[in-house]
Amino acid sequence: MSMTFGHSQPPPDKKLGEKPASGFLQNTERLRFAAEGAVSIIVVLSFWEGCVRFFDVQPYIFPAPSAVLLSLWHGIVSGIYIAALAVTVLEIIVGALIGATAGFLLAIIMGSSRLLNRLLYPWVVGIQTIPKVAIAPLMLVWFGFGIESKILIVSLTSMFPVMINTLSGLRSTDPDQVALVKALCGNKMKILRFVQFPAALPYIFAGLNTAIVLAVIAAIVAEFVGARAGIGYLILQANFALDLAKVFSLLVVLGMLGVTLSLFMRAVENRVCFWNRRN
Amino acid sequence: MASDRLMSSVEFHDVSLTYQIEGRSPVDALNGVSFNIADGEFVAIVGPSGCGKSSLLKLALGLQAKTGGVIRIEGKDVEGPRRDVGAVFQTPVLLPWRTILQNVLLPADVLDLPRNEATRNAMDLLVLAGLKGFENKYPFELSGGMQQRAGIVRALVHDPRVLLMDEPFAALDALTRETMSIELQRIWMARRKTIAFVTHNISEAVLLADRIVVMSARPGCIIAELPNPAPRPRDVQFLSEPAASELSGAIRTHLNRAHELQSSEVIHS
Repeated sequence: MSMTFGHSQPPPDKKLGEKPASGFLQNTERLRFAAEGAVSIIVVLSFWEGCVRFFDVQPYIFPAPSAVLLSLWHGIVSGIYIAALAVTVLEIIVGALIGATAGFLLAIIMGSSRLLNRLLYPWVVGIQTIPKVAIAPLMLVWFGFGIESKILIVSLTSMFPVMINTLSGLRSTDPDQVALVKALCGNKMKILRFVQFPAALPYIFAGLNTAIVLAVIAAIVAEFVGARAGIGYLILQANFALDLAKVFSLLVVLGMLGVTLSLFMRAVENRVCFWNRRN
Repeated sequence: MASDRLMSSVEFHDVSLTYQIEGRSPVDALNGVSFNIADGEFVAIVGPSGCGKSSLLKLALGLQAKTGGVIRIEGKDVEGPRRDVGAVFQTPVLLPWRTILQNVLLPADVLDLPRNEATRNAMDLLVLAGLKGFENKYPFELSGGMQQRAGIVRALVHDPRVLLMDEPFAALDALTRETMSIELQRIWMARRKTIAFVTHNISEAVLLADRIVVMSARPGCIIAELPNPAPRPRDVQFLSEPAASELSGAIRTHLNRAHELQSSEVIHS
């Protein structure tokens, strides 16, 4: 058995036959995957472009890909998209950070005492069942059209997946690992610090991955309800103006934002939870 | 044996443990278990599965409350976990997010011991256990035998007087098991801890122990205590010597007699 694995690499897989063994094979596979994806996109976009031109579809009904790209270019060059993206990303990041922290702390509190768990549980379930976007108009009344109401909605939305996952992570700790720390006179705090928290990290990241996707949705919907800036605000404006090419180009921006955020989360997770075999 | 009292490192006195599950009649896991382990002595506790030998160690570790009797370690009653005891479990129980060195240093972290001194001791022990060069690997990069060696080093790092081992080699294959037994003997001879070694493997007990305590099941109680005065270091060859075969035979006879007695009781009732 080889002992030379770096810890950035995945642990030795017992089912070697199912996965490509060498790095070379993996690279060609990845290249092929990318090539097939690119071909698929080019074919569909060409077909779309051809249909719009052939049937002479009006741009306010359905824009051609070329018009969407042009609109995207204008939006980026003029700086409008960048400014709007900055607002939306700020809402998402700050909101998700607050929500994740609150969710994590709530899970620790609920996991530490049965009494607190029983007292908080009905509230948690109650608030969780309400669609958070339905609270958006209320937040608007309380916190205004500015960035605060959006951050609040985003945090409320991203709090629950982090809380639920952290809670199940804390509860799934290996009892032998807990006994180990207990046998060394470790108190609850030591058990949490040395065993429960690190063991819960993969669960926490699963929660964060869900939270970041929901955070994007929450930010856009909150901007729909009432805002003065942001990607959601621009989409609504363009929609009213029947500038569908602009709407499509903003959807492209949103798609790229979502992909970037989840790739970032995945990268951080792989770094932090390198020991986790499920990855 | 009045002098024994001062010399004893671990004392079990009339220890009993009864499990009471609601709606069922209570189950006696241990009944009147009494024996002593002298300072620096290696005692093996042998018995069939379910005879409560693992429970006995859990009681000594202070992880579980006994129903009756007294357990004393280094002259003090066991009321909870304590820092002068080290434990090795059936599986290595290494934390996958820590390197081998960090895993071995866990007792130092939990007990807030000075880090430098602990690291020096840990490195010495890793060398002794043949894990030199693996201190910065992660557990998943090591074989099962090496992981359990790290588990043993971890139990020794805070320099406890007493080592409690619960079938530490049960999860290993037969060959690794033999090597590990010899390794353990070497480590014990270098560090001279008091060891209580629970096993269901008779040859392992004969190879390692100064004294063998034989237990029977349901309720777990002691049926024999056999000394094993053979000189050390012993190697695997020792097991084929007449003294060893005789001792193994005696243990087997005790275990079989207890088993037959129990079976006949079942038939009569």
